[in-house]
Amino acid sequence: MTTRAFGVPVARKEDRRFLTGTGCYVDDIHLPDMLHAAILRSPHAHARIRAIDVRPAYELDGVITVFTYRDLGVAAQPLPLLIPHPALTHPRTQYALARDMVRYAGEAVAMVIAEDRYIAEDALDRINVEYEPLPVVSDLQTAATAAAPLVHDDVPNNIAAHLVQQVGDVDAAFASATYTFQRHIMIERSSSQPLETRGVVARFDAFEQMLTVWDSTQAPLSIRNGLALLFGLPPDKVRVVAPDVGGGFGVKIMLFYPEEVLVPLVALRLRRPVKWIEDRLEHMTASNHERGQIHDIAVALDADGHILGLRDVFLHDAGAYSPYGIIVPLITATQLPGPYKLPAYYSDATVVYTNRTPVTPYRGAGRPQGVFAMERILDYAADELGIDRAEIRRRNFIQPDEFPYDVGLTFQDGLPTRYDSGNYPAGLERALEMIGYERFREQQGQARREGHYLGIGIGCYVEGTGIGPYEGAHIAIDNLGEVHVATGLSTQGQGHQTSFAQVVAEELGVDVAKVHITTGDTQRFHWGTGTYASRAMVIAGNAICLAARAVKEKAIKIASYALEAAPEDLELVDGRVRVKGAPSRGISLASLSIIANPIRYAYGAAAPDLPAVLPPRDGPPLPSGEEPGLEATRYFSPAHATFASGVHAAIIEVDIHTGIVKIQRYIVVHDCGRVVNPMIVEGQICGGVAQGIGGSFYERMVYDDNGQLLNASYMDFLIPYATEVPHLEIDHIETPSPINPLGVKGAGEAGCIPVPALMAAALEDALAPFGVRVDRMPLTPEEIRMLVAQP
Amino acid sequence: MQQEKRLVCVRVNGVVCKAQVETRRLLSDLLRHDLQLTGTHVGCEHGVCGACTVIFNGAPVRSCLMLAVQAHGGELLTVEGLASPDGTLHPLQQAFHDYHGLQCGFCTPGFLMAIYAFLQDNPQPDVSDEAIRVAIAGNLCRCTGYQGIVEAVRHVITQGVAR
Repeated sequence: MTTRAFGVPVARKEDRRFLTGTGCYVDDIHLPDMLHAAILRSPHAHARIRAIDVRPAYELDGVITVFTYRDLGVAAQPLPLLIPHPALTHPRTQYALARDMVRYAGEAVAMVIAEDRYIAEDALDRINVEYEPLPVVSDLQTAATAAAPLVHDDVPNNIAAHLVQQVGDVDAAFASATYTFQRHIMIERSSSQPLETRGVVARFDAFEQMLTVWDSTQAPLSIRNGLALLFGLPPDKVRVVAPDVGGGFGVKIMLFYPEEVLVPLVALRLRRPVKWIEDRLEHMTASNHERGQIHDIAVALDADGHILGLRDVFLHDAGAYSPYGIIVPLITATQLPGPYKLPAYYSDATVVYTNRTPVTPYRGAGRPQGVFAMERILDYAADELGIDRAEIRRRNFIQPDEFPYDVGLTFQDGLPTRYDSGNYPAGLERALEMIGYERFREQQGQARREGHYLGIGIGCYVEGTGIGPYEGAHIAIDNLGEVHVATGLSTQGQGHQTSFAQVVAEELGVDVAKVHITTGDTQRFHWGTGTYASRAMVIAGNAICLAARAVKEKAIKIASYALEAAPEDLELVDGRVRVKGAPSRGISLASLSIIANPIRYAYGAAAPDLPAVLPPRDGPPLPSGEEPGLEATRYFSPAHATFASGVHAAIIEVDIHTGIVKIQRYIVVHDCGRVVNPMIVEGQICGGVAQGIGGSFYERMVYDDNGQLLNASYMDFLIPYATEVPHLEIDHIETPSPINPLGVKGAGEAGCIPVPALMAAALEDALAPFGVRVDRMPLTPEEIRMLVAQP
Repeated sequence: MQQEKRLVCVRVNGVVCKAQVETRRLLSDLLRHDLQLTGTHVGCEHGVCGACTVIFNGAPVRSCLMLAVQAHGGELLTVEGLASPDGTLHPLQQAFHDYHGLQCGFCTPGFLMAIYAFLQDNPQPDVSDEAIRVAIAGNLCRCTGYQGIVEAVRHVITQGVAR
């Protein structure tokens, strides 16, 4: 009997190399004759470059060359705009090295290439740049006002985009409402901060005329396609590999970061391998940020607390450029409605340039902000109406029998926000049951009498995951019966070598150990896009499933010939195709792989397993229309996104004297459709929640009015350690997606999405005796104390 | 300016290694780039994240905060030296695998070495969630939310399998 592989917490195949120090991250790549790059970055948030004198840098032994804008050749053009959108009327992208202007502190200005990194950094100190500092606009709220300095001379009021979406008649809803409420809500800047910074190694092999780039990117195919185009090389002469990548969370997907152009450019120019590894200080300012929105949200309700309409007008801080289009605010706008029925909804987003590091997606990608705004206004309305916060959610949930449910908006992929499946009431009830919602008030009252301030918070969200356009997969079974799978997207810790293998093992009835997954190598699979938007299992996983089914079909077809049995009488069990009811009459996948290549000799350990004489074929050895090899390539392209969901609940205790918050319990009820590997999914959730806790109490990019990042180190930018993160109690609800073969939805980003919302809710609940309202995150202990003192 | 170079002689994972290095060279760079022991990772280069933790003369140190010359004459244990020569994982490595204590793997070597040192110094530690979290609170992980790491450490302690 074949062991089930799908839905089982299979321990990870990739662990061993990570545990023994034998993984291969970009900085682990050592090539003979390799040079090292270091980047000079602007200390000014906004300045004109008058002159750059690089000559003193050349006086150092070991300095090979120095690049400025003038040396860029074909790369002396603005970096590409990744995702254009009609509402993005003023897109702006930076140059790989600044031409004459810098618009954020950290923007790349020059690059030194030297024999080692120490020398390269020494040389940076010798480059003299004459800057003419210009007025800086750092604060989001003031950036869009008429008096603000301009980040780009030709972008009036610093407005990059204005995006309006609406459903129904929101004015009529507000006019007819029994109650209306509004809040002013803010989420500050944060960033992904993977523990591995970014890095690029490039080598041009003159004998093969081949450019190879190792890049810690989430989208190696996009980088390859972009580099081939930029350098005028045939795509198959550019190989981009994302080797082991030490976390991504969104920040490692761009087309391009400057260094992703600069390092290959130098390797081509000098015909020597070049390495650049970002240091942490660089990462803080030169790798993109996110969050950073200010919302004015208003809700219209009937007498019973049913939502009639919602109006949300918000500012989104784009930073100095818009390389990723308006994806983040677009997701905020379209995901804000969450699991609730909104008969009328008006969303108005203004995307504003500031003299700060550019903003592109960080895990959650606009959702934590939208969910924060939505959940805050619902909690506020419930409190004002005297309805329990859980009850107001019950009254407004989309019901299980209403799927597919059209929200009426256009999602980030340009397709409808059509919720495919879900059971939001069940998720909420399960979370309330797990946390003991009914018993809590008594507990809270008792604690208050003893001078302890406990609070409970719940947060609900819907997450559009698994967007297209498509991914593909190639599966080949070799003559030893080992199954080799390649797909185009890349891996940053998600465990794809295991979870994708589970999909294949289930379809082919082979052991997970025999399935070998390659991700992120454009030479192994050269179609696809990348790992983002919680899409890997949904899109690549389903492509792999389809490819496995095609291989299985082919195996049965070949076995039908070899065993002289009708295909419908055959079954694939335990890696063998056998005759139903006569299991001893069978042939292994290894042998079928040998037969699938109809040459007149056989090799491989399984060769003795072959029938001594295969039946004679009519016609050619390779029948017309057939391809050799036990292999197949398939693609999967979804009709639209799949919509995962979840409910989090937490009980916190606030020390009103210190402002310190202790999370006593944290519940997650999560629905990502069918779960391939519950251990991996729960790991994703735990990591996401930890980042959400960071976003609630610790992580904020603190800028001054001059656009200087004041906390650009881990001494000052605080990431939660184990002591700041609670033990999570997790349960799953499975509403399979009806729009893909595996029935899966994405799980990667989910954990972080509702955390600030429910932490704010719990804070308000704990501090209710003081009348505290929480409309912004993150909050430090000091700020919490101030809320208690002056609510 | 010519940088002064010195000979550094260290025993790493039981093997004597020698290298001529600039006096300013970090121990992490010696390990990773001169000795090709790339299992030790560098996450922040200012001693906060703990990814570069190695054992120096029996004590856990941040190899990004030490100069290579300071290690001269000393003994180092890195992640490459944890498993048995026959490839059998150290019980701590095995527990990380069994309890999903790692995702991207970048912080993992630092955690393993820090916990290894902790267990050497504290043969019978408290197994409460809080105590374990305090014990591992010198290292940052951005992927796991620490849940699997805590479970792995508790398993190792309760099984009494740490060397």
